Amino acid sequence: MSTSDPAPRTAPAHTAPPARPMPGDGRTHRHVLVAIVLNRPGVLNRVASLMRARNFNIETLAVSHTDQPEVSRMTLTLHGDDVAVEQAAKQLYRLIDVLKVQDVTSDPIVEHEIALIKVHANDRNRGEVLTIADMYKAKVVDLAADSLIVEATGTETEVDALIALLRGFGIKELVRSGTVVMSRGTGSIEEAVKR
Amino acid sequence: MRRGFFSVYGGSKNDDHHRDTDSDERKGGKVATKDDGPGRSPTAAGIGRERINHMPGAGTERAAAISAGRHEMLTDTRRLQIKSLAERGLKRPRIGADAVCEALLRQGADVMFGFPGGVLLPLYDVLGDYPELRHILVRHEQGAAHAADGFARATGKVGVCLATSGPGATNLVTGIGNAMLDSVPMVAITGNVVSSLLGKDAFQEIDITGITLPCTKHNYLVRDPNEIPRVLAEAFHIAATGRPGPVHVDLTKDALMGPCTAEHPETLDLPGFKPNFDGHPRQIKLAAQEIARAKRPLILAGHGVLISDATEELRELAEKAQIPVAHTLLGIGAIDETNPLSLGWVGMHGWKHVNKAVQSADLLIALGMRFDDRVTGHVPTFAPYARIVHVDIDPAEIGKNVAVEVPIVGDVKRVLQALIPQVEPVSQETRKAYLDELAEWRGESEKMPWHGSGAWRNGQLSADYVVERIGNATGHDATIVADVGQNQMWAARYAGFKRPKSHISSGGLGTMGYGLPAAMGAAVGLPEKETWAIVGDGGLQMTSQEMMTLVQDGIPVKIALLNNHKLGMIRQWQELVYAGNYHSSNLLGPDWCKLSEAYGIPGFQATTPAQVDEAIAAARAVNGPALIEFVIAAEQNVFPMMPAGKGLSDLLEEQFEEPKQ
Repeated sequence: MSTSDPAPRTAPAHTAPPARPMPGDGRTHRHVLVAIVLNRPGVLNRVASLMRARNFNIETLAVSHTDQPEVSRMTLTLHGDDVAVEQAAKQLYRLIDVLKVQDVTSDPIVEHEIALIKVHANDRNRGEVLTIADMYKAKVVDLAADSLIVEATGTETEVDALIALLRGFGIKELVRSGTVVMSRGTGSIEEAVKR
Repeated sequence: MRRGFFSVYGGSKNDDHHRDTDSDERKGGKVATKDDGPGRSPTAAGIGRERINHMPGAGTERAAAISAGRHEMLTDTRRLQIKSLAERGLKRPRIGADAVCEALLRQGADVMFGFPGGVLLPLYDVLGDYPELRHILVRHEQGAAHAADGFARATGKVGVCLATSGPGATNLVTGIGNAMLDSVPMVAITGNVVSSLLGKDAFQEIDITGITLPCTKHNYLVRDPNEIPRVLAEAFHIAATGRPGPVHVDLTKDALMGPCTAEHPETLDLPGFKPNFDGHPRQIKLAAQEIARAKRPLILAGHGVLISDATEELRELAEKAQIPVAHTLLGIGAIDETNPLSLGWVGMHGWKHVNKAVQSADLLIALGMRFDDRVTGHVPTFAPYARIVHVDIDPAEIGKNVAVEVPIVGDVKRVLQALIPQVEPVSQETRKAYLDELAEWRGESEKMPWHGSGAWRNGQLSADYVVERIGNATGHDATIVADVGQNQMWAARYAGFKRPKSHISSGGLGTMGYGLPAAMGAAVGLPEKETWAIVGDGGLQMTSQEMMTLVQDGIPVKIALLNNHKLGMIRQWQELVYAGNYHSSNLLGPDWCKLSEAYGIPGFQATTPAQVDEAIAAARAVNGPALIEFVIAAEQNVFPMMPAGKGLSDLLEEQFEEPKQ
């Protein structure tokens, strides 16, 4: 039943047609997107719903007010190749409430997240925990008989490293804020949307 | 004479009545005029009820007058003076519902399709005070959304549909999603429970803005009557500007009922909505260079060409550089199919010669199309030798499905206007070898047995023949609205299209049941053109209730039902892909002529090729809606067909058998 077309006439007779490359090179890595959005009800839902519907997996998401009351700022991190993440940014732009989206992954930025880690620590090993926390410039913000809470700030990898070390003592509870970033120098991502 | 060729259905006691009305209408004796109120013309008689006929038949003077008036209103909305309540002689205070009506009038949205309900009653309570607004009562909210969609596609205006909270709103969702995937400008207005009950699981409450969020361009929940003017102005602007799409406005009952003092805004503040209309000059220059270099260029024209009204520019570019034009399903009408440079329809069920041309092209100029999987098939095998220039107003479409060499973000019309002067003219001589080869392929393609052969299946009626005869009978000027499935593919392949926006089809969502209600909207929007719905028995059974709307509002849609007593496309896939495992594709249907007569619509039937022309002529002679049931071969397939996961070079084709005499 099936018949194939003869090879197109521009094709050399002895070669198969070249394969058209799919968009993107498939080399995935972590990207950081900053979205400046209108501070309106439902805007977080719009962003989250879009990312889910378009099959992008948000790894961290931090939302906050800015100095302008009508504008909020979202920082998203996600994994993907450059084209896929660019597509995510373009899809975000389609939202009427989104004013600006910038992929700051390769820009000079200050990047931080905060983590609260409640870790087992008793008389015998408390000193060890405190030493590790100290090495990562983390603070102890609460102390109980057999546990303490470490507050750590740093890049995602720094926090990851601290958590990996503390895991040996037994982590009772862990919360991370998600990454927030700001560009270095005088430039401002929000400048373009100042109203 | 009307039913002389009926083979199955008897009884024709209404014939005399039909004939009388028809001849009256032809003499011009019974045409509704504005002065004597809505005309009462029993277009589809037989039940003894008089029906209000707002809509005169296609081609009448009155229809032309209505169309001209609407056009004037549309092009003059800024200066349109909306009468205040006092000027209307009403002493009641202005409420949110008044603001809705005023906003619709300001936008020139004089037609809406809707269905009332509890929380929407405050709006229906004031609708009567705005006689300029025409409300068409549908039988199911899905019909309202599809009708608004068809209206928008036929006219290029924003379509408006209305539904109440809860089930009314959820019934709209299919139509909203359909409009979203096909970039159709639409404003869907729903009611919601009073704001104090929001989130309390009140009667007929559902989180409808949560539901429509992913399938609208934008949506609003309005609780304050004073926000209505701003929100509706924004909604219309967003729906129609840039890449069009549906906008949903959810109005709580207290917003509709509360006093409203806000004025309609003259300017809008939408900092996050700034579509880019003009392509980047550098990119346009690159595109011109690509065209100058190409030996086998091919234009792929999509829906965007029609939306941006760029058909003239498209023709100009094609003729200047002698580039053949292929079109997508929704791009039908972008170029007159009789133009020598028009090649035909590309994609899964497109013409073989067009797909071959794509596969051998060295440059694709994609205008306002989005490389849907029904066009590309398996992407690695798509157009293997082609560089791609892609023009689209939505940056997210560029590089989404295929990687392109020259992306241009902008409105097709404006980009082409900038591009054409930079394109070197190419003579027919230069392209002769290329164009001759395409013509040769086209000849082979059109010689295949499916093309207009009609009688070849043991005397059974073949769908392509029916569709072709409808195209011929209407001079290829009618608005042809397809449903979804085989009928849609046949309509697209064989009806023959010359006029932009004369073909309406549910492309992206593929919504069965779309045909009839969308045709209803198209006929209301473009009354001066004949409107045909080409539907299958599966799709028509999903929305056949709208036949009653056709009658009540006197909407003269001609329904061409291609009845194969099957879910034809399902059956085709089961035959070709699922080894003939025919589960749930046999479809029982009603006695269609009796059903349509029961609605008050004259029904005709054709079972042999010889009856086709007569049936079409009879349906066209009816002043008002009519239905023809074409009983077609039950197992006719649409060929060629690109199997799922394959490429444009791997088409399944029909095995040709000599006709049995």
